[in-house]
Amino acid sequence: MKAIICSLCYVIFAPLIGGLLDGLDRKISARMQGRVGPPLLQPFYDLNKLHNKQLIAVSKSQTFLMISYLLMMILTGALFYAGYDILMCFFVMSTASTFLYFAAIVTGSPYSTIGASRELIQMMAYEPAVLLACVGFYLCMGTFDVAKIINSVVSPIVYLPGFFIAFVFILTIKLRKSPFDISTSHHAHQELIKGLTTEFGAKNLALFQLTEWYEVTFLCGVVGLFIINSNPISIIGAIAVVFVVWFLEILIDNCSARVKFDLMLKISWIVTLLSAGVNLLILMINR
Amino acid sequence: MTLGFFLICFPIIMSLIIFCIRVNKIRNFIAYLSTIIIMAAVGVFTFFWVKNGSQIMQLSIGEITEAVDKLILIAELILMVVVTILCFKYKKYWISLLSIVPTLLIAYFELFLKNEADTDIRLYIDHLSILMCLIVGVIGCLIVIYAVGYMHGYHHHHIDIEDRRYYFFMILFMFLGCMFGFVLSENLLWIDFFWEMTSVCSFLLIGYTKTEEAINNSFRALWMNLLGGCALAVAIVYFGIKAQTVSFHSLIIMGQRISDHSDMWVLMPIALIAFAAFTKAAQFPFSTWLIGAMVAPTPSSALLHSATMVKAGIYILFRLSPAMAGTRVGLMVSFIGGFTFFAASVIAIAQSDGKKVLAFSTISNLGLMVACAGVGRAETIWAGVFLMIFHAISKSLLFQDVGATENSIHSRDVEDMHGLLYRLPRLAIIMFIGIAGMFLAPFGMLISKWSALKASVDESNILLVFFICFGSATTSFYWTKWMGKIISHEHTDEEKVRDITKKNELISLIVHAILMITLCAFFPLLSKLYVDSLLMEMFGTYEDVLPISILYILVAIIIFVFAIPFFAYIASKKMKTNIKLSYMNGINVGNNNEFVNSFGDPKQVWMSNYYFHKKIGQRKLMMPIQVFTTAWIVVLLSMIISSAI
Amino acid sequence: MSMVKKSPWVLHYDGSSCNGCDIEVLACLTPVYDAERFGIINTGDPMQADILLLTGGINSQNQAVVKQLYDQMPRPKVVVAIGVCACTGGVFKECYNIIGGADTTVPVDIYVPGCAARPQAIIDGIVQAIDLFQKRSDEHELLMKNKGKKADLKTKENNNSSDKGNEA
Repeated sequence: MKAIICSLCYVIFAPLIGGLLDGLDRKISARMQGRVGPPLLQPFYDLNKLHNKQLIAVSKSQTFLMISYLLMMILTGALFYAGYDILMCFFVMSTASTFLYFAAIVTGSPYSTIGASRELIQMMAYEPAVLLACVGFYLCMGTFDVAKIINSVVSPIVYLPGFFIAFVFILTIKLRKSPFDISTSHHAHQELIKGLTTEFGAKNLALFQLTEWYEVTFLCGVVGLFIINSNPISIIGAIAVVFVVWFLEILIDNCSARVKFDLMLKISWIVTLLSAGVNLLILMINR
Repeated sequence: MTLGFFLICFPIIMSLIIFCIRVNKIRNFIAYLSTIIIMAAVGVFTFFWVKNGSQIMQLSIGEITEAVDKLILIAELILMVVVTILCFKYKKYWISLLSIVPTLLIAYFELFLKNEADTDIRLYIDHLSILMCLIVGVIGCLIVIYAVGYMHGYHHHHIDIEDRRYYFFMILFMFLGCMFGFVLSENLLWIDFFWEMTSVCSFLLIGYTKTEEAINNSFRALWMNLLGGCALAVAIVYFGIKAQTVSFHSLIIMGQRISDHSDMWVLMPIALIAFAAFTKAAQFPFSTWLIGAMVAPTPSSALLHSATMVKAGIYILFRLSPAMAGTRVGLMVSFIGGFTFFAASVIAIAQSDGKKVLAFSTISNLGLMVACAGVGRAETIWAGVFLMIFHAISKSLLFQDVGATENSIHSRDVEDMHGLLYRLPRLAIIMFIGIAGMFLAPFGMLISKWSALKASVDESNILLVFFICFGSATTSFYWTKWMGKIISHEHTDEEKVRDITKKNELISLIVHAILMITLCAFFPLLSKLYVDSLLMEMFGTYEDVLPISILYILVAIIIFVFAIPFFAYIASKKMKTNIKLSYMNGINVGNNNEFVNSFGDPKQVWMSNYYFHKKIGQRKLMMPIQVFTTAWIVVLLSMIISSAI
Repeated sequence: MSMVKKSPWVLHYDGSSCNGCDIEVLACLTPVYDAERFGIINTGDPMQADILLLTGGINSQNQAVVKQLYDQMPRPKVVVAIGVCACTGGVFKECYNIIGGADTTVPVDIYVPGCAARPQAIIDGIVQAIDLFQKRSDEHELLMKNKGKKADLKTKENNNSSDKGNEA
């Protein structure tokens, strides 16, 4: 019962949370750049405007692929917040990302295709860290189930600092922030126009934006999972850590320039191997 | 049971008959008839076994046991002679040694050193054997049906190659019989014979086209497999002398019961058999034969080199896995398997030839199965069995599809499959289903990875955890980019490609696709009903590998993955979408295929995938990989052998 | 009536200009004037843009391009011609290669004269464009609703006429 309520809360409130976080992101970035910045609710105005435009697409299949992407991502978050198996959640998320890739590549347009290929490379870069994070949870908690992990006595991060670092590192890739925003970027038109989302107009872009918010809420939940333990006060701690991480991402985004994909691949894999790897080694030896 | 014996002998007899028939139409008809009989026989065999309570059956063949043993020995000697003659004919003298030495060793052992009081059990039937029989019977026969149509088109197209279809089909049927014999045998000497037979069948099939490249590749396959055969022979003789029995299951049971140092000698034959399995399953450093085998016509690639023969190595490793758990042999096997899984998937990214991608992906998946066997826990074998089933179906489907596509568009390069969905819709959809079955959630591969990861952590096998995590990332990369290629918009306005796929090819493909989807949908059921009992037989204990909650989530996810795109498609059909040109900075000519160049003329758009072949291509990585894996095997084998003596 | 004017996304295209007006347009979008506080984002993708800013004159090479970009934008959309070259062809009007201002190719809604047009004038033009965008969006919404109503109305009419026919 509790699981269903949590999932429903996620399905209903995640867009709000995601949108607010997005608005906060733009506001803070603007202030960092010495500007005033858009109002906090700007992402919702954007979504509203996109919704009211004429429905366009380059290929007829794009719409249903984007709808599938949205629904699969909602499923991922719903499974996570209902307390089920975290590894399965990430597997479902990888399927959702595949739908996004299809929606971009079915058009055959040059910018879209290059953006989609880069998106695949991004997926290859972050997947080991994500899987290793799940392995880390299994190692120290003995289970993949989120419902059991949040009831542990000690916060998982005490045992899993390396995994946490690796996960936060690849969060930069997942949130599409500089220096790893090679496939599509939130900012004004870059080297690939809009990369992956070039051929997404109106409704399709709105679906993409909405799905990003669901994804952000899910990923922040995973970051919080590292902190939460059976003590209810830890929830406040988790939210604080999530905000700190979020701020760090915005800071890195504003301070760095985009790198090429091979550098991104190398750096993410090396960081994963070193931080998650060493942590894994230590945990296994101490078993 | 006589049916088991029938399964072994019937295809061999049919192969000899087929060899004699040179009229295509009659031979095709007999081929169809035989495949239907074999499939029916497998079905009946399974049915009777299930009806009798799905028990383990150890059968002897009565008074003719000694005669059959002698017959097999003579057949092995004939095989040795054939191989030697061929080696001399093509001036590869040293390879004949690899055949002569083990065969004579086995002959000497059988005639002089064998224990006469040894058991006369020859056939062993349990869940794993029945599963292998089903795979070989159903998929093998479907491939033969496919081959009839394919070879017709093949010879129509390749006029320079001598039409020896009677020979081709003879070897296919011979091979089917040998595989049945292999998976049903209990006696190690029989296993050795059928092993050598499959090696020679593979060798003959690769060299079918008789081009220089084919001949070189076939001899490479031969010496690698024969090297495995040597190891197998030494293992059998050693075990036979020390334990005074050549029963396969005695070996396994003794391996499980190692309690102190004096029992350590059992590990040596197990290690040598595992080594032989490496050569058969094309693990690094023995992978080049499988890559080279792609020059053979597609049915042989599908049958031998993806769906069935390489599974023989996996089957042996699965049988040995309870004995390998926690030992040095297990360490050797799991490392080679995991490393192969990762390294082969990296090289697969750099391949653009469709068959080469499939070959490397086969090696990679086999690596994962080998690693599962090496870890030796119930969970990894569960994962490995499912991997095996899914891989057999989807890989044979993909090979057949690539072959049929090659016949139609005259190229098997993935780049030429751009927009295949609009040019050859049926083949493209089936290809899509095949690739999806290989790696997408929630299909078999994914849940196997889940289980393998969990078990590796439980076994504290750190390296395997890394290999699986990194390997899974690289695997999804090369599969997804192929899928994207198929559905991408077609850029050339070529006239419609004629789909010349024959009916029998299509039948095989569609049956495969249906099997694939059914298995994906129903595999939780399969796990509960069949695989759990398989594990019970192997390990003797019954732990629920897949907890109930996971099963329910899995079923829910399967339903969602099928339902969501379907309903989304229906919903989007109703929306009035205004179609726009794709964005090319405003210089789109108007057909999404061309843009206006600086002279004002239209220029073709050409999009390609990433391959990175300069960084991670076969040429760059193969040598270091082979050196590294050879060193690992040499070191570990020496450790095991020295501790045994 | 949804508040779409809170999020006007801009696409800037330069025809055959001296780049003076371009720089002024970009100056508007810099932190000094901070157009983002109105929700204005300079996207490069016509499919995601609402307001098309054109600078520079139209010549035979870029006429097709401007037309294509305009066509790729989804409705409701607004076109703003910035600088006197985009308005009428400006100083280059009599040149052999210049066809004229932006209105030779696409329907222009707002003209911002000047050579180069100053940021204050440009922002004034954009503000008017945003209001026009809101108005167009409301009309578009009404049209979409009426389309649905029209379809219902047509079926009702058909039913009525068939009844009448039966009566007669």
